[in-house]
Amino acid sequence: MGTATNDGITTDDGILGNSERKDVQEVDDVTILFAGDSGGGMQITGSQFSDTSVVFGNDISTFPDFPAEIRAPVGTLEGVSAFQLHFSNHDIRTPGDKLDVLVAMNAAALKKYVGELKHGGTLIVDKAGFGPNELKKVNYASNPLEDGSLAAYRLVPIDITPQAIASVKPAGISGRAAERCKNFYTLGVLYWLYDRPVEPTIEEIKKKYGKKDPAVAEANVMAIRAGYNFANTIELFTSSFRVRKAKFDPGLYRNISGNVAAALGITAAASKSGRKVFFGSYPITPASDILHELSKLKHFGVLTFQAEDEIAAVASAIGASYAGELGVTCSSGPGIALKSEAINLALMVELPLLVVDVQRAGPSTGMPTKTEQADLLQVLWGRNGDSPIPVLAAATPGDCFETIYECARIAVKYMTPVMFLSDGYLGNGAEPWKVPDLNALKPFEFGFGLEKETFKPYLRNPETGARPWAVPGTPGLEHRLTGIEKEAVTGKINYEPENHQKMTNERHQKVANIAKEIGPSKVSGDQEGELLVISWGGTFGAVLTAVEEALKVKRGIGHLHLRYLNPLPADLKDIMAKYKTVAVPELNNGQLAYHLQGTYGRPVASIAQASGRMFSVSGLVTKFLSFVK
Amino acid sequence: MSTAAPVPAAPAFKPTDFHSGNIVRWCPGCGDYAILNAVQGVLAARGKAPHEYTFVSGIGCSSRFPLYMGTYGFHTIHGRALAVATGVKAANPKQEVWVVTGDGDCLSIGGNHLLHALRRNQDFKVLLFNNEIYGLTKGQFSPTSRLGLVNKSAPYGTIDEPLNPLRVALAAGASFVARTSDNDMAHMKSILERAANHKGTAFVEIMQNCVIFNDKVFEEYYGVKTRKDTLLYLHDGEPMLYGKATERGIVHDGGNLATAEATAAGDKVIKHDEKDENLAYLLTSLQHPEAPVPVGVFKCVERPTYDSMMTAQVAKARELNGEPNLEKLVRGPKTWTVE
Repeated sequence: MGTATNDGITTDDGILGNSERKDVQEVDDVTILFAGDSGGGMQITGSQFSDTSVVFGNDISTFPDFPAEIRAPVGTLEGVSAFQLHFSNHDIRTPGDKLDVLVAMNAAALKKYVGELKHGGTLIVDKAGFGPNELKKVNYASNPLEDGSLAAYRLVPIDITPQAIASVKPAGISGRAAERCKNFYTLGVLYWLYDRPVEPTIEEIKKKYGKKDPAVAEANVMAIRAGYNFANTIELFTSSFRVRKAKFDPGLYRNISGNVAAALGITAAASKSGRKVFFGSYPITPASDILHELSKLKHFGVLTFQAEDEIAAVASAIGASYAGELGVTCSSGPGIALKSEAINLALMVELPLLVVDVQRAGPSTGMPTKTEQADLLQVLWGRNGDSPIPVLAAATPGDCFETIYECARIAVKYMTPVMFLSDGYLGNGAEPWKVPDLNALKPFEFGFGLEKETFKPYLRNPETGARPWAVPGTPGLEHRLTGIEKEAVTGKINYEPENHQKMTNERHQKVANIAKEIGPSKVSGDQEGELLVISWGGTFGAVLTAVEEALKVKRGIGHLHLRYLNPLPADLKDIMAKYKTVAVPELNNGQLAYHLQGTYGRPVASIAQASGRMFSVSGLVTKFLSFVK
Repeated sequence: MSTAAPVPAAPAFKPTDFHSGNIVRWCPGCGDYAILNAVQGVLAARGKAPHEYTFVSGIGCSSRFPLYMGTYGFHTIHGRALAVATGVKAANPKQEVWVVTGDGDCLSIGGNHLLHALRRNQDFKVLLFNNEIYGLTKGQFSPTSRLGLVNKSAPYGTIDEPLNPLRVALAAGASFVARTSDNDMAHMKSILERAANHKGTAFVEIMQNCVIFNDKVFEEYYGVKTRKDTLLYLHDGEPMLYGKATERGIVHDGGNLATAEATAAGDKVIKHDEKDENLAYLLTSLQHPEAPVPVGVFKCVERPTYDSMMTAQVAKARELNGEPNLEKLVRGPKTWTVE
């Protein structure tokens, strides 16, 4: 399991152990994947285990992997929903490559994920999910629990469903409801195995269902205790394992997903700017959770508006910005494509607009619930005319907070649309997050050029290039905006060739000015030499870990992670020049590599992956080392 | 009202206070000039200052309108005027928001936004300049062009059944639906004033002549000389009579409306009721030349505006959750301390 501190877990003790429980063994980190039918409660089981682990003091990284269909047919591969959890006693940044433990609630779940289980890994299965029907649905000719095909793993077959149903009998709930308790039963087994207390989850169950449905709450509590006791008393496992607390910087922590962090960052922007946020959005996977979170926060000065379509979502946000509040719109790639024309309106009329793109995999509908970073060139270059807009990307779930706040601040300071890039992996993934000091957030800067006597709609702030943000309702500042090209300063319609060139340059310069705010780039690892790895967005954790691993083998490797993709940091070119090779790992077909090559006129190697999944650390290490002599 | 209380004098605004100073660039003879004059006249008389208004438009000849108004104004992109206006009004509910749009902008590329704006019932005004043609793109048929119209993109005649804008508005649940014409200044002003005072989305179709690409398309029935016989002027609570000597009236004929000789019909002549949605719908079926074309307010009902409901929700959220505390929010439901 992970890198074990002793050999306890790699020895095969067999399933049937001694009558006494062995000492708890220490391991550094564990990757577990819970898999079962979509709608079978896998996400709840996984997130409960995560919550308990973070409160216990582990570092965690999680990733839910679920089908796009709400309820695909039961027992099929398409219907499998999974939750991957990596927890450890040290700083971790990815949900893990290979699995130490796979919990498969049926044959389909086993078939889909068994290939990702380490040899020697623990495989816990619910025997009830391996009946003739379940096997047939996924084309198992014989029962893998019996035919010896799983010999490479530590197979732990348990009659989870019947045992769970029996354990909750005293609660007197219906058969179906009783069957649903199998998740908490399984959770109880795992809590014993990893030496976790059951109490936090029991508290959570009581809080959530205690009033609404006391019988169901009671049944779930019974199930989790029954599972825990079962594993404890029958000595199913020869030993249980403990992952000690991770070492964190001192401070107050919480668990957070990228989408929740983004919603909080937007709310912080409303609070710090003193302008309300108008959030115009149309539901889309995997971005909708931001809308859900914000719609609860109306009392924080966040007005959420579920529009009739993506275009109305962005257009209403632009209207709100014109009216003096901060317009925000949120979507994923397909929705961003629909919004492009309106984003250009915001660029032309130079109003603040925050555009959130939680990227997903593939063109067209693609793979909505899978992750990718393939909208980069769309947001950089995918609009009509010369259309420079700032683009920033978050690195981790928690970083979504600070990065989206920064996007909002730039949008207002420079009077421009700003693109915030997240992705399904960050949006749905979670990690412990040090609660930020809100007083340390940079202040919002606006209010230039609003004197009635000298007001001109396109007079520019000499420092930033931003025009004034005059709010309708203010006497004396009446002005008209249009998407048609305008005369500099006055904003009147103007088709003169020299003027169009001037305005094109001014729009470009305004965005270029933002580079002055970007601090010096940080390179981790070696500061010059063989290979500079440049990453961006949600691959940060995997890439940094892989660079650290590669540095144990060879020297001369540095890592630079970009938050600002437009404008790029001013020192990037010089840093690139210090290495023989520059390589960009990214979850697309090589978009940033192409962009850097074009920008700086030097070859950039691309490590491209478009599979809908995160890089594996081991795969990256091999790639990095292949560039170093 | 007490007779002693002095009525405060409304600040005097002249129509010219609502001029932006930009040179108006519609074609000579375009119906848009008359509408601009009417709007500026009505606003001046209402007593609110130019900075209290925001005019929003999309793309098209009509959509240049905000550029000529001395108010706040936003000339946006094709079809999106209503969506932009939705955000303006939600973010800044004190602004008087007016949307100016054309038949292509509003019913074709922006059709979806019209349905949703009308059902939401935000407190803004929508002026549909209907000239039954695309003017700015130089003469293609629009969603209101009549069957068979020969034009640039349909040289053998249009085969698309036209939309009836007022029917669309009624189907979408509009709380105020009216029709007027660019060649009747007094009527236009009276309807615009009614729209301005309506609490909710007011939808006004203005029959507007395009002198270049669809000249005199309404002339047969809205012409000054004949219109007493060919238009039906709607007045709430009054019998629906028309004709130079009001000799004809509108009566029920099964599930439809029909015309009849007024004296013979007697009290069978229907009295207009702006709150009767079914009647409003039936009125939209009256078409030239079989019947007079109704003008005036088809429907006017009060129902809660989106703005007022949004304000109420914010207040309720505050009541339920107490004073917002950002620090507490960011900390979340569960925290732990690392020493």
